[in-house]
Amino acid sequence: MNLSLLIFIPLLTAFVILLCRGEKQVRAAALAGGVAQMLAGFILLVAFWQERETGNTTQMLFQYNHQWFSPLQINYHVGVDGISVAMILLTSFVVLAGILVSWKLEKMSKEFFFLLIFLSIGAYGYFISLDLFTLFFFLEIAVIPKFLLIGIWGSGKKQYSAMKLALMLMGGSAMVFVGLLGLYFNTNAAGGLHSFDLTQIAQMHIPLRVQKLFFPFVFGGFGVFGALFPFHTWVPDGHSSAPTAASMFLAGISMKLGGYGCLRVATYLMPDAAHAYAPVIIVLATIAIIYGAFATMMQTDLKYINAYSSVSHCGFVLLGIAMLTQTSINGAVMQMVSHGLMTALFFAAIGMIYDRMHTRVAAQLGGLLKIMPFISTVFVLAGLCSLGLPGLSGFVAEATVFMGAWQNPDTLYRVATILSCASIVVTAVYILRAVGQAIMGPLKKTDQGNVGDASWNEKFAAVILLAGILAIGVAPFWLYKLISPAAEVVIQHVTNAVIKN
Amino acid sequence: MTNEFYVLMKFELLVALIIFILLFMKVGSSSWLNKKVLVAVNLLLLVNFVFGFFMNSDGTLFGEMFRTNKMVELQKNMLNLGALIISAQSYSWLKNHAHVMEFYMLLLSTLLGMFFMMSAGNFLMFYLGLELSTIPLAAICNFDLEKRQSSEAAIKFIILSALSSALLLFGISLVYGTTGTLNFSELPGHLNGSALQLFAFILILAGFAFKISIVPFHLWTADVYEGSPVAVAAYLSVISKAAFLFVFTSVLYTVFKPIAGSWYNMLFLLSVLTMFTGNLFAVRQNNLKRFLAFSSITQMGFILVGISGSNQMGYASVVYFLLIYIFSNLGAFGVVAFVSAVTGKENMDDYKAFYKTNPFLASVLSVSLFSLAGIPPTAGFFGKFFLIMAGAERGNYILISIAALNMIISLYYYLRVVQTMFMEESRATIERLPVNIFAKLAMLVCVAGILAIGFVPWIYHYIYALSL
Repeated sequence: MNLSLLIFIPLLTAFVILLCRGEKQVRAAALAGGVAQMLAGFILLVAFWQERETGNTTQMLFQYNHQWFSPLQINYHVGVDGISVAMILLTSFVVLAGILVSWKLEKMSKEFFFLLIFLSIGAYGYFISLDLFTLFFFLEIAVIPKFLLIGIWGSGKKQYSAMKLALMLMGGSAMVFVGLLGLYFNTNAAGGLHSFDLTQIAQMHIPLRVQKLFFPFVFGGFGVFGALFPFHTWVPDGHSSAPTAASMFLAGISMKLGGYGCLRVATYLMPDAAHAYAPVIIVLATIAIIYGAFATMMQTDLKYINAYSSVSHCGFVLLGIAMLTQTSINGAVMQMVSHGLMTALFFAAIGMIYDRMHTRVAAQLGGLLKIMPFISTVFVLAGLCSLGLPGLSGFVAEATVFMGAWQNPDTLYRVATILSCASIVVTAVYILRAVGQAIMGPLKKTDQGNVGDASWNEKFAAVILLAGILAIGVAPFWLYKLISPAAEVVIQHVTNAVIKN
Repeated sequence: MTNEFYVLMKFELLVALIIFILLFMKVGSSSWLNKKVLVAVNLLLLVNFVFGFFMNSDGTLFGEMFRTNKMVELQKNMLNLGALIISAQSYSWLKNHAHVMEFYMLLLSTLLGMFFMMSAGNFLMFYLGLELSTIPLAAICNFDLEKRQSSEAAIKFIILSALSSALLLFGISLVYGTTGTLNFSELPGHLNGSALQLFAFILILAGFAFKISIVPFHLWTADVYEGSPVAVAAYLSVISKAAFLFVFTSVLYTVFKPIAGSWYNMLFLLSVLTMFTGNLFAVRQNNLKRFLAFSSITQMGFILVGISGSNQMGYASVVYFLLIYIFSNLGAFGVVAFVSAVTGKENMDDYKAFYKTNPFLASVLSVSLFSLAGIPPTAGFFGKFFLIMAGAERGNYILISIAALNMIISLYYYLRVVQTMFMEESRATIERLPVNIFAKLAMLVCVAGILAIGFVPWIYHYIYALSL
């Protein structure tokens, strides 16, 4: 399969949207593009399985390498392994759901859908890149549309949040930039030339001194995207000010860009440093998990609840990566997929509630189950997935992370694992409380009249995301089979490096 | 000899020809219609630009006083393109102006001076070109004849130019005193890094720093930009700076190569100072012309990062960045110039909710600012990436980190303008402005350049191959 399709489909969609006249055409074009993206994602999954079934064990499949700036050895090099395929599928789910949820948007809908589709170009390109320049290029593409989405269509202190998010994320990517340049000038490919190629750099041995110098830049930079502890402050403001579809994209995909980068670039290319810095990251991730959970307890706004809980949940991703066992990395990737689907569903449900009730404060709502049963059910399911109920994806992912983490016998690691485990109790408290306040009980806000339940597009969006959550929760094997070989490569790399030292 | 003369001096001769045509038109009759003159001049400049692609060759004339090669000719044609864009953009400003032909005669004289300066093979020739490019510029700074600020800008410009010329001449005389030659090809063999030569170099560096407004020699920039007509400010910030940077880079890499160790540290210091000062001042500006002035100072700081890299990569990245800079900065100046010419409004507050009334202009301005900020997929991303990459080649990661930090600071104020246009509400929005065909074409060319350059890699390959 030609991976560049994943970039061309959204690019074409965005172009068509620019040419459209009137809301109806814009919506139709966006929906067609979204469906096409999702189909491409599924075709990729099937093609990937087929290749693997026929015994093709090459690390990266469907590679395509085209020279871009040849004097600098910069190439457009793409390829996928199991982890990338999982992330691409996640992206296509969230984008389609995002388009459906914003169906009724009236204010500048053309620009809105254009930016939303444009964002997905960045995400797809990022997940298929095997060249660090290409990867960085797509990473930065996925920032500025968010600034506009939040600033124009957001709510609350939207301008402040938009600026904060843009500056912090670009700050993160600037750190990545410095780290990548440091890596580049310390590679020695054939003929004394430097290289940005991920697969090539993985074969080289970067000196330990260099790794130790640049690992914090790369991991920290991606960590900003993935809400690593002191850099998580953009998350609550950004998520809660953003319009529903942008919140879904932010929490569902953007934060995963960070986790994916930490794994694919920082840990994979600098294994010695990853091993050396692991305790630091584990401490920071544990702080994020616990701090995030307790901060969520204090929130009253549903969007803030989900935003802060994202800090906590994404802590599991970084914890899993830093634990450096195969199971924990599997868990980290599963958590990325699971959290992406779950949080997108959660934001979608909150958006639907807000559209009808015009408030997001849990205490002011109540008894929603009586007037909007479908939306309430979706909300409850998303909440249960968030607190890790077996049968839904959250349980599978978090349990895998903990099992992997426990394999590490060091005291610090054990303590961190126990503390993180304990945070699940806190999660249960805030989720159940929010569900109790907003969904159960008597109807508090009766002045809204007959608000109605979800419309077809909202139902469609929720069903797509729920299907994903259930598919992972009930039968996690397929995802495990997809991710596990790719995670093994990373772990093998780290183990070899550690043994060598 | 004669054939070679015509071929090698093609750029200079063409520009001189246009100046003479205008001169004869002016002398011949006094009743030309402004609109017709503008169409004619723009067509002539277009022809001039197209001719720049043909018959390029290497060679020297007049006993190595004048030298040219494919790189220099590429650079000259980049300036031709910039001049053409600026000319098209200033249509709405000039169509009611009383002295259109004088404006073009002066403008093209400065372009001629820059061409001589870029082709100089000797410090004397270089100085001649420099003066020819500076003095008419002061005159056109004063071209908003009824505005007092405009004459103030011209006076400031001419006085500070004189000062910088004096410094430069002093430096050149010291170079002559210590080496006995002013010929670029002979100089490197005579430079040994003695104290007097370093002093001479610092004076020459200061002279250049004035022209390309590097901190601490930048103080004239904002005032002159604010006072002069927007087209002239655009010319100063793009064409004039690009010309001086081309000469500066090639002089550093060829003539002053023997003392590279000394100038490297100076550039490091100057670039850090320039980036921070430009950025911190730009954050607080409300007038868009002043804002663009400080942003262009910051851009110069980034260019110094690239220059401080090694030869080929540094030179290529500087030329490539300047090509992109021409499109990005002229795109931004084009919108500001147009709005200023039609409504007289130049302040950031006037641009509130600009997108609602003028989506085309707001989009052009945003794309240009994104490119200046270095955000993909605009060309500015590639330009900045390669500049900083060139700077990293020497392994100075402190400089690179500072540059990366400054990219974030600059992003803040570029986004602030975008924020004003897209997200603010206002009661006194600029009404819908009909854009004339010239300005529209010029803006579309800028946007096309910004969006396309990064995806046409042979442009970079070509520049890289030429910058040996």
